[in-house]
Amino acid sequence: MEPLTWSGDLGPFLNPVLALSAALFAAGFVANFALSLAGLRPGEMVVNADRTLTFRRTPVDLAVAAMKVATLVFVLGVLGYVLGGMILADPLRTGILGGIAARLTPVWLSLALLFGLSIALKRRLGLYGKLFDSPIGMIGLGLVIFWVFSAVFSGMIATHGAISVISGMRNEVPGTPLPSPAEGQYAWYLLGGDALGRDVFSRVIYGAFEVLKIAPLATLFAFMVGITLGLPAGYFGGRLDTIITFLANLVLAFPVILLFYLLVTPEIVAAGIPNYLSMVLFIFPIIFMVVLFNSRFRTDPPRRNLLVGATVILGGLAYLSLISNPSDPELPLLFRLWPEVLDLFDVPGNLLIVFVSVVFVNSPTVFRIVRGIVLDIKTRDYVAAGQTRGEGPWYIMLWEMLPNARGPLIVDFCLRIGYTTILLGTLGFFGLGVSPESPDWGSTINEGRRLLTIYPHPALPPALALMSLVLGLNLLADGLREESLKD
Amino acid sequence: MAFFILRRVGVMALTALCLTFVVFFLTNLAPNLEKLAKTQGNARMSDAEVISWLDRNGYGGPLVQRYGEWLGVVPGWLREDPVTGEWRGRCLARDQAPEDAPRFCGLLQGDLGYSTVSADEVSNIIGGRLQLTGILMFWAFAVMVPSALLVGVLAGMREGSRLDRSLSTFSIASTATPEYVSGVILIVLLASSQIGLSPLLVEWGWLDGGTLFLGSARSAMDDVTFWNFTLPVLTIALYGMGYIARMTRASMAEVMTAQYIRTARLKGVSFRNIVIKHALRNALIAPFTVIMLQFPWLLTGVVIVETLFNYNGFGWTLVQAASNNDIELLLACSIVAVLVVLVTQLISDIGYVFLNPRIRIT
Repeated sequence: MEPLTWSGDLGPFLNPVLALSAALFAAGFVANFALSLAGLRPGEMVVNADRTLTFRRTPVDLAVAAMKVATLVFVLGVLGYVLGGMILADPLRTGILGGIAARLTPVWLSLALLFGLSIALKRRLGLYGKLFDSPIGMIGLGLVIFWVFSAVFSGMIATHGAISVISGMRNEVPGTPLPSPAEGQYAWYLLGGDALGRDVFSRVIYGAFEVLKIAPLATLFAFMVGITLGLPAGYFGGRLDTIITFLANLVLAFPVILLFYLLVTPEIVAAGIPNYLSMVLFIFPIIFMVVLFNSRFRTDPPRRNLLVGATVILGGLAYLSLISNPSDPELPLLFRLWPEVLDLFDVPGNLLIVFVSVVFVNSPTVFRIVRGIVLDIKTRDYVAAGQTRGEGPWYIMLWEMLPNARGPLIVDFCLRIGYTTILLGTLGFFGLGVSPESPDWGSTINEGRRLLTIYPHPALPPALALMSLVLGLNLLADGLREESLKD
Repeated sequence: MAFFILRRVGVMALTALCLTFVVFFLTNLAPNLEKLAKTQGNARMSDAEVISWLDRNGYGGPLVQRYGEWLGVVPGWLREDPVTGEWRGRCLARDQAPEDAPRFCGLLQGDLGYSTVSADEVSNIIGGRLQLTGILMFWAFAVMVPSALLVGVLAGMREGSRLDRSLSTFSIASTATPEYVSGVILIVLLASSQIGLSPLLVEWGWLDGGTLFLGSARSAMDDVTFWNFTLPVLTIALYGMGYIARMTRASMAEVMTAQYIRTARLKGVSFRNIVIKHALRNALIAPFTVIMLQFPWLLTGVVIVETLFNYNGFGWTLVQAASNNDIELLLACSIVAVLVVLVTQLISDIGYVFLNPRIRIT
């Protein structure tokens, strides 16, 4: 088998186009910047005496137009690679870029479908639909959804297993053919092999699944904890507020990296600290749901009893299964009391501790944000009206204040998923991640950095992947903020 | 004002006490001590031997008492070895008579203990390492703060303009790139002899062999040069920059909508003078707080960058102490880290009140 080139047969046509558009964009950008600094303004519409409009172009407008054209051409060029890869289908002809694009076919199709539907229905989709009015928000959403679909379809996209090793492929450059490919096996390592001879491309794709498995869920839990504590602290104030705020500040004053090192070491896991922590942290979602239903349906006891009962039974079962693991004799007795039959699932100690530490680090910040919003909203008239009507404090907090605080909370949720992804990467980078073999991006960067200056290809793809996901989340949050402020 | 500062300092001391206790608790858990006994004594000790080793070396008593000893408010332990008849104690130096030893020796007396891995006094180790990190931090701040303020002011002076949008996107991108990502990208781009800029420059004859920058900062510990120190400094500065720039932009944009700016405009003051003479001073109050609060963030960055670039400063020491179960050294590192965080918070609180006369403390 021949090694693959980067751009294959498409290169001679598409590379000059891409290079030209990039050069045009750079030139336009520099010109724009220089002209703006020199004090030139973009042209403005002028109303003439005979009631006609004149638009005079200035050099700034020309520079901007050049940038727009360049962007369009660049996007078309990239699209050419994607379509070319999907149509030609033979990696030898499409090269590495086309090969990757072809592997990502399910992602492109789902992405196109989702965007098409959303844009068609955007007026009926509320805040989500409005996102499609802002280019920044759309780019952000596109990046995030790209990785979500990559994670969902990771089994179809990946060319090799996440931990399957081919010893002849150690540190091989991108596009190297396998020494002796089996029947039906993908015959190349698209992005090369890492130090152990695993496929970098497949590991990045599986890494997306690993990251997106933990980050959003951990952020959600942190929000549950933060909201459950922040609402009463802001609403009631007084000593309760003082105590919780002090505790939150305590956690915030702890340098994150030190906390990780203290929490995620084998000795701490052996002492059962993660289980104690999860015992405290995971009770909050249940409290949150119970209070939520109880305050809403207090006047309708049958329905209230049904909902609260269901929450307590289902939540309690999940909670007890989560924190206890009777089959592990190393744990303190407290976590082995729950009968084995009812223990629905066991979370491996390492995953639990990573999850718990991330929730623990994030929840004080969420608490502060929620508390601040509540302090602000508390003085509004509708809260006073609710109080006069005799509504309970929890009803006011959860059903009147919380929905009105959703804008900033949704924006912060997006930002915080990004931050959580960075934290998970940091854990992986220090070798404290889920497991040493895990394909998550932080761990992969950590493995690749040892030989970075000689073999950059194992570390670079996960680094770019992590950056693009976090960037997408940040842009999405920015777009959401802009659109929600327009109301 | 004095009362405000006093109360702040009081809360800070309480926080520091709580945090050090938590760190002490987490580093002195039974499994940690068992591991310590096995690495210091004998790897094949039985459980009873471990307990007796811990007792003999002063790790036996209740946790609170040991914390007090470490803090220096409880007299250090002192006991005679029943087998050899030799006196051993926390405050006892080698070959010192038990009567001469000081009663207290802990944090308050300036005694940070003994690093079991490096076989040296912790205070000796920490001092040099902190100095190295100080140099790194200084350069990082010297790059980060001016450029972040410049980006923020340029973006915020005309909110919504094209310049604003492109600079804002740049700051978002920089906050989305953690140190371990930007470090890797920078090394590949600028410090690799295989790909990136360096081979290109060598080919063009602009660079005679080697790389544009050095991908390791080990040599910077003796002698800081542009060649070996640019990448670590840039890596730290990039991540922190975006956040400060965004805060500056928000603050600047708010100031530019203020009434007095409009008045100045209507008087016919030029835009340049409005920005430089009228807006800038008020717009830089909020970023001051943000810059001070960046220290704790930078701490994580420093740990990552020192590990990535092999620079044996404070962050590197923290990682080593944590992974080698070096309890006293890790405790000392935590003290420094916690103090940095708390002191910068205090400075930012007090500084904000000083800088902004509209805030009155009662």
